[in-house]
Amino acid sequence: MAVDAEAQFHVLAVDDSLLDRKLIERLLKTSSFQVTTVDSGSKALEVLGLKEDQTSTPALSPEHNEIEVNLVITDYCMPGMTGYDLLKKIKESSSLKDIPVVIMSSENVPSRINRCLEEGAEEFFLKPVQLSDMRRLRPHILKGKHKEQQLHQEENSNTNHIIISSSNNNNMSNKRKAMDEEVLSERTRLRFSSSSLNVI
Amino acid sequence: MSLMALREQLNGLVNSMFLEGLLDDQFEQLQMLQDESSPGFIAELITLFCGDSERILAELTKLLDQAVVDYQKVDAFVHQLKGSSSSVGAQHVKLACVQFRQFCEEHNKEGCLRALNVVKHEYYLLRGKFDTMLQLEQRIQAYESKQQI
Repeated sequence: MAVDAEAQFHVLAVDDSLLDRKLIERLLKTSSFQVTTVDSGSKALEVLGLKEDQTSTPALSPEHNEIEVNLVITDYCMPGMTGYDLLKKIKESSSLKDIPVVIMSSENVPSRINRCLEEGAEEFFLKPVQLSDMRRLRPHILKGKHKEQQLHQEENSNTNHIIISSSNNNNMSNKRKAMDEEVLSERTRLRFSSSSLNVI
Repeated sequence: MSLMALREQLNGLVNSMFLEGLLDDQFEQLQMLQDESSPGFIAELITLFCGDSERILAELTKLLDQAVVDYQKVDAFVHQLKGSSSSVGAQHVKLACVQFRQFCEEHNKEGCLRALNVVKHEYYLLRGKFDTMLQLEQRIQAYESKQQI
């Protein structure tokens, strides 16, 4: 099933300034996003279901006390945990690392921007954030979801075929695609070995 | 005063503020974000801005009154004020904050005191006009909601 491009996505916005939280909330809602705002990095981690000293979420079902967050947008300069610290925690978490993170800052400092991008931030917005910036968010969310979907689709089709024929993909000759297939065939082998154990 | 006259007054006020440079493009963004679903949006932001600013100006006055000035704290407050003025489109206040931070960096007490006065002057000037703006807006919205009955 294709991802509905009009689906409502949920954005978690983090900023210690109440004024800026109100502003980003309005910007996001006007752009048809569902919004949760928090005033600190530690509160953001709570919402994401991660305690500050954990690296993976506890084994709770998503309905439990976590809400699904499709993107995090955070201010850089915050007391305590900075936006950069929050970014790091998210990218270091096995359960959260695929959530796209966008950093906002009132200061145009190239070294700061690079540091964030290197740590895995999708984008860096200069404050004050504007309506036109909101259009840049959806592609990051959809990119992640599309990858997720592709992976699921290919996994589902591969469980029925032990041998993966690379001749199916004559058009795709790039290295990355070949790498993905290798990874998938590895997973398929593992799946078969674990399920054969279960049969006993 | 008729609804039309009120609207003219409000538009005239806002336009003059843009022309004088008291407000910049960011305020236009706020105008775009206010609609029937969020009629109090601008009023809310302006109120937050004024509350923040007055609190910060009081803190700055205290800090600069000390024999030994803690420039890090001063800078942190000016940074905050610069941020909120930037978010509401308060251009003159924002620019005054930029100047202020320069003096902070230089640990120039005299410069900081002068800069603080400039910020205060710009802020209170803006505040007076914001007050008028919000009063006009309230009267207009009251008229409009009566008309809808």
